[in-house]
Amino acid sequence: MKRDKNRWNKRTKVLILTVMLTVVLLFIYMIGLLIPGEAAGTDLRHAGQAPSWAHLFGTDNLGRDLLMRSLKGLSVSMTVGIAASCISAVIAILVGIAAAIGSRHVDGVVNWIIDLMMGIPHTVLIILISFSLGRGLRGVLAGIAATHWTSLARLIRGEVLQLRSQHYIAVSRRLGKTSGWIMIHHMLPHLAPQFTVGLILMFPHAILHEASISFLGYGLPPEQPAIGIILAESMRYLSAGMWWMAVLPGLMLVVIVLMIDRMGENLRKVIDPCSAQE
Amino acid sequence: MRLETKKLSFRYHTRREWVLKDLDFSVEKGECIGLSAPSGSGKSTLALLLAGYLKPVRGEIQIDGKPLPQGGICPVQLIYQHPEQAVDPRWRLRKVLEESGQIREDILDSLGIERAWMDRFPRELSGGELQRFCVARALMSGADFLVCDEISTMLDVITQAQIWSVVCAEAQKRDMGIVVITHNQCLAKRLCSRIYELPSYGGNYLQTGTNI
Amino acid sequence: MANKQDVPVLEVDGLSVSFRMYDDTDNMLAQKNLQVISDLSMHVHAGEVLAVAGSSGSGKSLLASAILGILPENAAVGGAMRYQGQEMTPDSQRRLRGTEIALVPQSVSFLDPLMRVGAQVHGDGRAHIFRRLGLPEETVSCYPFQLSGGMARRVLVSTALITNAQLIIADEPTPGMSLDQALEALRFFRETADDGKAVILITHDIDLAFSFADRIAVFYAGMIVETARAEDFSTGADALRHPYTKALWRALPQNGFEPIAGFQPYAGSMPKGCPFAPRCSFRSPRCEQEIPPIRDLCEGEVRCFYAQPHQGKYA
Repeated sequence: MKRDKNRWNKRTKVLILTVMLTVVLLFIYMIGLLIPGEAAGTDLRHAGQAPSWAHLFGTDNLGRDLLMRSLKGLSVSMTVGIAASCISAVIAILVGIAAAIGSRHVDGVVNWIIDLMMGIPHTVLIILISFSLGRGLRGVLAGIAATHWTSLARLIRGEVLQLRSQHYIAVSRRLGKTSGWIMIHHMLPHLAPQFTVGLILMFPHAILHEASISFLGYGLPPEQPAIGIILAESMRYLSAGMWWMAVLPGLMLVVIVLMIDRMGENLRKVIDPCSAQE
Repeated sequence: MRLETKKLSFRYHTRREWVLKDLDFSVEKGECIGLSAPSGSGKSTLALLLAGYLKPVRGEIQIDGKPLPQGGICPVQLIYQHPEQAVDPRWRLRKVLEESGQIREDILDSLGIERAWMDRFPRELSGGELQRFCVARALMSGADFLVCDEISTMLDVITQAQIWSVVCAEAQKRDMGIVVITHNQCLAKRLCSRIYELPSYGGNYLQTGTNI
Repeated sequence: MANKQDVPVLEVDGLSVSFRMYDDTDNMLAQKNLQVISDLSMHVHAGEVLAVAGSSGSGKSLLASAILGILPENAAVGGAMRYQGQEMTPDSQRRLRGTEIALVPQSVSFLDPLMRVGAQVHGDGRAHIFRRLGLPEETVSCYPFQLSGGMARRVLVSTALITNAQLIIADEPTPGMSLDQALEALRFFRETADDGKAVILITHDIDLAFSFADRIAVFYAGMIVETARAEDFSTGADALRHPYTKALWRALPQNGFEPIAGFQPYAGSMPKGCPFAPRCSFRSPRCEQEIPPIRDLCEGEVRCFYAQPHQGKYA
């Protein structure tokens, strides 16, 4: 048995990349949280400046530093997105398991709801939910949480159905184990990795949806420095030639979303049993 | 004690052919009985029914006149042809054994289970080694009857002899009843006091002339 | 029996196969090389059935994949293989498989579940082959899921017999068949060989192997420990060369049904010397230190320092 320690193998590389992405994302998130309000405060003397060394992203019409404001906005969007995804994931696991182990009627109803939800464009649905709950943080959270669980629920339902037909589950039952015991000891360990990856891959969707809803004015209130709000404000100044107000925060949002997506995909690769052989 | 089927009938779907029809079959405690029939004639289905993995469509399976208990450890345990499907791939083998209750060192010793295997995952062991664990698990559950569905078909003959000598010794000691399903007639003759010919009822598969 | 020709249809010389894998037990990130087949040499002539017998997990199925060149990407292959005297390369393997070399795969899942049997087995003489294998005419219009395990296996056998291949490799063709069906399938391989083709029969069922094969290569822990003539098995343990083969013979239910202690070592935990040494009653310190080379003995081959031509020596 020879062990190769000199060269990094694929799995090590993927794992290192994932850890690096996580650290960078956490770093951005923490900066956004820790920036004092003054750093992105109004300073009319420097209003509407193009990007420079003093203000990397330039300043907006009120002289607020756009880098600081974007970081703050991103961390707000990430908080909302991640919180909404977590709620959504809990819904997904409950609904998915209920569909898989419940009666045929439960399964039918759940599948019908999933099909229905997937058939309506998310943005429209989120706007409706958020609007009917009076917008604001509560509205956005509810809107995103209520719409994002469908594909993960379907995945979990499939996994549980497949697990239930495994011979070792039947053996466990004949050895006198209860359904609850089997769920905790046999099924959850199988579901956990799938669930984690599904949850992480939900983050970018949720963040983008939060941003777009706030951009359209159905989400967070204008005084919150959410990334969607920043982008919405910038629209008015585009014709005045202040391109940096829209391009740089928007680019940052795209980069962050792609990074989270990559993190989830990498994690999926490490967990995938097929990756044990290469 | 006696395990018996009363007019047992089974089919996988109401629109399918009967796999088993009005079958009366019994095995006494302390008896080792072989089941023989052509492939696709429902031997494995009978094994699954006897051990409670499937529910009869009609008829009943009884132990001493009482139906098989629904909860708790089933007094009829099945050992399966494919051990790799009968253990949770994410469990270490120690946990697999613990699932059946008390670990009995003497059974592990007689089956030649290395203690180092207990900390491994199933995919790290060969079929023969995994089957030893499945046999140990079934024996340690304290069952009164064992149904062995082609348990040594995929193993080499030395492991086959090893496993059967342990099963037979334990069965004798505890006066267990054993149902042996095997296509190997020499093996059946070695192990069984009598061999039961399963009648064929068309089955759910296409029937073919097996004797060419 | 074998009409011996000078050039074997297939000659394998010092084949080794190893896999690069992650070692999940102690360190998720460490990779290790698992040697699954070591120093394997064998040859099969036209008109001959060579059985390769070994238990599941001994690496014998990988032998078929290695010959066909269909090992997964993380495998490393060493040694040489020659088909009709020609050195085989990945290119020539691709050309040969399916035309010159046919495989009867191990698993029924090799049939396309969405195609009718007729579309998967086509060629001249299908009706004849189906009749011989006991498959009714209607099988042609069935989908694989409509077949029983034994029938599906016979369909697999027919896929290889219908090609005009000179070498047929059958990987566990018989499990799931009744004894009659298995015997018939093997008889078919026998006849194919008698027609001048070469057959490699990979099986764990040593009983069936020795009634139809000319020679039997016994596989243990990724090595061939003995190549014996089929007659040697009918003669009894004394005619066999390697202590493992003798133990196999004695463990057969129709012989002694006597087990021996211990287990077959697996890739990754091989002993340093002879893989059978830990279970062998004739081992010496030398056996624990070095792997015996394969050598000729009594018209067969054996990988043991102490195997002797005299019959009854180990009895």
